Amino acid sequence: MRTKNISTNCVVLLALLFSSVTSFAQQSHIGKLTGNAKQGKALYRRYCIFCHGPYGDGTGENAPYMDPKPRDFTKATFKCRSTPSGSLPLDSDLYDTISRGVHSSGMPSWRPLTRQQRADLVAYVKSFSSRFEEEKPGAALEIPPAPPNSAESAKHGAELFESMNCWSCHGKEGRGNGPNARTLTDSKGYPIVPPDLTSGMHFKCGDSDQAMFRDLMTGLDGTPMPSFSDAVKPAEAWDLVHYVETLHLNAKKGILVKAEPKGE
Amino acid sequence: MSMRFVSTILTGVLAAGAVSGGAPRAGSAPAPSAAVVKGTVKVQGAVPKATRIDMSQDPKCSPGHPGGVMTDDIVADGSSGLEDAIVYVSQGLGDAKFEPPKEAAVIEQKGCMYKPHVVAVRANQELKVVNSDTTTHNIHPAPNNNRESNQTQPPGAPLSMTFAREEIAIPVKCNIHPWMHSYIAVFKHPYFAVTGKDGSFEIGNLPPGSYTITAWHGKLGTTIQKITVGESETKTIEFVLKAQAGS
Repeated sequence: MRTKNISTNCVVLLALLFSSVTSFAQQSHIGKLTGNAKQGKALYRRYCIFCHGPYGDGTGENAPYMDPKPRDFTKATFKCRSTPSGSLPLDSDLYDTISRGVHSSGMPSWRPLTRQQRADLVAYVKSFSSRFEEEKPGAALEIPPAPPNSAESAKHGAELFESMNCWSCHGKEGRGNGPNARTLTDSKGYPIVPPDLTSGMHFKCGDSDQAMFRDLMTGLDGTPMPSFSDAVKPAEAWDLVHYVETLHLNAKKGILVKAEPKGE
Repeated sequence: MSMRFVSTILTGVLAAGAVSGGAPRAGSAPAPSAAVVKGTVKVQGAVPKATRIDMSQDPKCSPGHPGGVMTDDIVADGSSGLEDAIVYVSQGLGDAKFEPPKEAAVIEQKGCMYKPHVVAVRANQELKVVNSDTTTHNIHPAPNNNRESNQTQPPGAPLSMTFAREEIAIPVKCNIHPWMHSYIAVFKHPYFAVTGKDGSFEIGNLPPGSYTITAWHGKLGTTIQKITVGESETKTIEFVLKAQAGS
């Protein structure tokens, strides 16, 4: 009788210990919120499974009919990150993507869910790849305050657009029709097109100045869009952002500022 | 057992096993009993003809190639020796651990081509990426088992990367210049070789034993041979990879 009690206690203690260890690995922390994978799983099975699939590998029953394809969480490669190319995203990056949705894709905004529910989903999404247990996310990009937008800055941005070969995909006029536009594939080998920067469309990871700066610097992993963090200085990145904004603006006004190629 | 304890033990084992300089466990100089496997990789059948690459979209690419440049996907010499194949020990080493070498491997972008076309590195060895061109490149490895990354590299900018896990081989491309392709092979051990212009290879410093040796080529697939080498033995083997029309 007594030994049985002790062994039961041991089992309970072990179970507690084990659950606390595993749950720590499957939590998310966004500001003051702590998300839990267990709650996230129930939400995932209700809202996400149809596209992302029961194993999180992006092969849900809707996936064959979607373009771009749902994210494969087992690869832990994410487009919208504030961390360097090749590194894991922050919990808040995943939270922002779930909240905002991904423009020009089948991923809607999940703001109708509570903040706690979205945090729980982040924790569950992370559980599909062991990389989240083995590695830490990269250092978050520092976004310096935006200098004022000026013709000078935009003009320098246009020069960088030329010298950094942005035009080879995005086109000399930013219309998404560069010489390589038709050769591009995502990391799963599916065709992918560069956005028409003059169309006034929404960007995948958000339209704010800061989001454009971030996406330029960290790149969109899983797509051909590379990281420029080692290639341009923050001030130059702002110049590029300002130039791309003029393309956006002028699209609305019906006029186009052309990047004037240097040399050649 | 805490992770720190385990890692302390592991570090101890590795430090004891590896001689400084990052050579294999046997030490930096070949052990007197070490065996050598050498030979050639040949291609059989019709090798698709190399085609001229159109680099006209980026005028900064062409100065390096006054006579034009041909594709280097499958390169064989007059006696069918296959260049840029990788020959490596795929089985037989057990779970021996090896420290990565301290010196970096190098892949260069020159005239908007990758040199070499196939680069083999060790897990966690530094791979220096050099841009010798006057144009901007991006280097975009698409691994299955390692981290995917994609970095822009303007002329002369320093860049280096490492890969943590074995993978043979990771396709690499430049999205700016879509004809640029290469492979990065990552090994957890030092027993591999990339074939030279005549298809020859040599894997030295191999402890005596039975091994499976694999020959890999980016376009022509793989083939294996099982061998046994004795002490100080030099074994010569030949691999044949079949080229099919259209491959």
